[in-house]
Amino acid sequence: MAEKKDYKVVGTRPIRHDGVDKVTGRALYGADFQTVGLLHGKVLRSPHAHARIKSIDTSRAEAHPGVRAVVTAKDFPAVEDKIADLGEGAANVKDLQDNVLAGDKALYKGHQVAAVAAIDPHTAEEALELIDVEYEVLPPVIKVLDAMKEDAPLLHEDMHTDEMGEKSEKPSNIAAHFQHKQGDPEKGYAEADVVVEQEYTTETVHQGYIEPHNATALYNPDGQLTIWCSTQGAFAVRGQVSEILQIPVSKVKVVPMEIGGGFGGKINVYIKPIAAMLSMKTGKPVKVLMSRADVFEGTGPTPGSYVRVKMGATNDGRITAAEAYLAFEAGAYPGSPVGAAAFCVFSPYKVENGTVDGYDVVVNKPKTAAYRAPGATNAAFAAETVIDEICEKIGMDPLEFRILNSATEGDIRIDGPPAPRVGFIETVEAAKDHPHYSAPLEGENVGRGVASGYWPNFGMKSSVSINVTADGTISLVEGSTDIGGTRASIAMQAAEVLGIPAESVTPTVADTDSVGYTDVTGGSRTAFATGYAAYEAAQDVKQQMIERAAKLWEVDAGEVQFADGVFSSVNGKEQEIDFKGLAERLDETGGPVVGRGTADPSQPGPSIGLHVVDVEVDPDTGKIQILRYTATQDAGKAIHPSYVEGQIQGGAVQGIGWALNEEYIYNEKGEMTNASFLDYRIPTCLDLPMIDAVIVEVPNPGHPFGVRGVGETPIIAPPAAIANAVYRATGVRLKELPMSPGRVLKAMGKI
Amino acid sequence: MPKKVHVQTTINGEAVEYLCEPRQSLLEVLRDVLHLTGAKEGCNNGNCGACSVILDGRLVNSCLVLGAELEGKSLETIEGLAEPEQLHPIQDAFLENAALQCGICTPGFIMAAKALLDQNPNPTEHEIRYWLAGNLCRCTGYDKIVRAVQDAAQTTS
Repeated sequence: MAEKKDYKVVGTRPIRHDGVDKVTGRALYGADFQTVGLLHGKVLRSPHAHARIKSIDTSRAEAHPGVRAVVTAKDFPAVEDKIADLGEGAANVKDLQDNVLAGDKALYKGHQVAAVAAIDPHTAEEALELIDVEYEVLPPVIKVLDAMKEDAPLLHEDMHTDEMGEKSEKPSNIAAHFQHKQGDPEKGYAEADVVVEQEYTTETVHQGYIEPHNATALYNPDGQLTIWCSTQGAFAVRGQVSEILQIPVSKVKVVPMEIGGGFGGKINVYIKPIAAMLSMKTGKPVKVLMSRADVFEGTGPTPGSYVRVKMGATNDGRITAAEAYLAFEAGAYPGSPVGAAAFCVFSPYKVENGTVDGYDVVVNKPKTAAYRAPGATNAAFAAETVIDEICEKIGMDPLEFRILNSATEGDIRIDGPPAPRVGFIETVEAAKDHPHYSAPLEGENVGRGVASGYWPNFGMKSSVSINVTADGTISLVEGSTDIGGTRASIAMQAAEVLGIPAESVTPTVADTDSVGYTDVTGGSRTAFATGYAAYEAAQDVKQQMIERAAKLWEVDAGEVQFADGVFSSVNGKEQEIDFKGLAERLDETGGPVVGRGTADPSQPGPSIGLHVVDVEVDPDTGKIQILRYTATQDAGKAIHPSYVEGQIQGGAVQGIGWALNEEYIYNEKGEMTNASFLDYRIPTCLDLPMIDAVIVEVPNPGHPFGVRGVGETPIIAPPAAIANAVYRATGVRLKELPMSPGRVLKAMGKI
Repeated sequence: MPKKVHVQTTINGEAVEYLCEPRQSLLEVLRDVLHLTGAKEGCNNGNCGACSVILDGRLVNSCLVLGAELEGKSLETIEGLAEPEQLHPIQDAFLENAALQCGICTPGFIMAAKALLDQNPNPTEHEIRYWLAGNLCRCTGYDKIVRAVQDAAQTTS
């Protein structure tokens, strides 16, 4: 379906529409929202990883001068034990409520227990110390393999394992187990000349967005609730708040402010329902802001995991069988991304004989949330290093091995469906042809590694409307919050259709009352699906404008052509008018033109990348230095190449942080001990070289311009690529993330 | 509630006076008292640089300065950087290099870059990376930020 190739706007690099606001400090993020009569809320959190809440006495806090209201789980309306569809994925409403304010038990340190609204933030903070909570401290379980043991402390005494649709007899921390299988793995291993099996562990890591969560809520006596906040999805907030507080969606209006990063972590709600409850009690607007420690301890990170991968191959480099055992920490409630991990673990490759087992396991940590290609990085760390070991054993170049084993369109995957087209071989070839791959490695203790990352991408629902302005520009109203420049990439797709410059589009991210339903900015879907809706809305405008030209010239609409921004008629006398000229004449041809477009596209088109990294390992300290980094990726068609490169660079660096430093460090009481940016160390610019992003374009047949989402894929490959490079540098294979200096020295046998 | 402190100071070249609580940080004063919300709170303990401002010519995290300390001093914030009709060259360079994604760290990076270029108009890539290491960005991987500062240095020097 991809149209023509000689685009005028698509593929160019205009200045983003919200740019001036963002470099001058004028852009208003959630925490910047101000209104008259504002109260400030603060949240009391459990100091224990696992404890029964025997009683909560709020009377002293309520009596504190300046306090206006206190809420606990007792203030929730009763809800059914039911699974609600929340746009991206589904969740049990009881779990959602219980995570927002703990009921019978606190299930992780940082679990929200009560909240206060007061005249200023400091007064609210003082009042938190006056809430008396009686806890019965219970033994915590923090690691997935410990939680799976028969005698492990149970988080939910009534939870039974969903074992391929059957419920287990005994209660367990294992929420679910599933298996995908095809062919005969044993037969495959018999055909193999080399079989490698290894175990891997990864620790909990956080998205690390710089802006903490925030919410301001105002409940009116007529039952209308308004929430101003930073979120990846205004409609997702509306849906969750509606379920948690049992208010009809039509009574909840969510106004998305600018958002300071999300990466999957700003889809779930934590303090938004609390701000709403405090506003209901006080009748005043209430603003609640998280601290950085709150963000680490109280919001969803991505899981720690245990992964075992076994793979067999022939001496000529053909994969004969592969198996993966994936056990993921869901956090305090079921719902880890182990399903996505199982989907992605062998996705780049043709595997005729294989088994994939997935386990979703609850532990006393915050409920996990999405984080950029959730699950795929944990899985690829294992699979892509096993492949490297096989390549070494059979003496094959790892890029050649990938080309040889690449899944092709229509190959049946282990989980059943056929593989769609994606430019895997093209990204590998791009890496092979890049000067980095053939550059000599100089010095001692240096090594080069490669790895691939695959992500299916998502489509989901989007709405866009377009108003034509008399000066020949358009205003474009969209429901996708803009985290990384999508106002520009969506506006450009409408501009391309209408033959106008990107600068002639004024994009606005609207609230839930002002635009059609739109799913979250997540799943690498925004430039793809909301871009698709913008394309449809622009097509609608184009058709209406053709009719206006026809009216002007008194010809049939069928006789009007539109090309390169110019409407023309060849029948009768030749006439033409450009978009701007026609926009000036709307009043005399019938009034305003408003276009609308919706999308729920079924072919998001996967994205894939191949990363090449050079490292130097300090043999005395175990510190890994990234010397050079190149990331190739199939973007389908890059609408705004600068922001596609930015996604690739930013994702790669998050992967580097995950590989080298980042982890939640727990003590024996199950308390996170490093809940600050000093101790949970994300990469700084001093840790890094330039990141060379190479865009490969194999058009996605499921999008008019061939777009594939690009946001998530680049985080997947880095840990495996770095581990493979470290092996080349040291002769040691790292099987635990992060590869922090201590772990490196231990693996090298130095400590 | 503690008695408020009266402060007379200079912000972005203009005389400003305000009342603040002794416990309020400069970041709180800027955001909640003066409504200058360009400085952002990312960590409130000096680790992320999102609240960077220039105090008497020196780059500081406004979350680590008390509002009461501003008496008699001169403060530059992101709000004072652009002329009415013209962005500062560092701001232009950030836009042209697509050196921001979500933009929450951008005001802090721009102030840090300004403090760098004020004292070292021709920094090397390493000097830029060293200087900006107190500012965290989670979106860009820093590549385009470093390039923007390199570009701005060329324009301003």
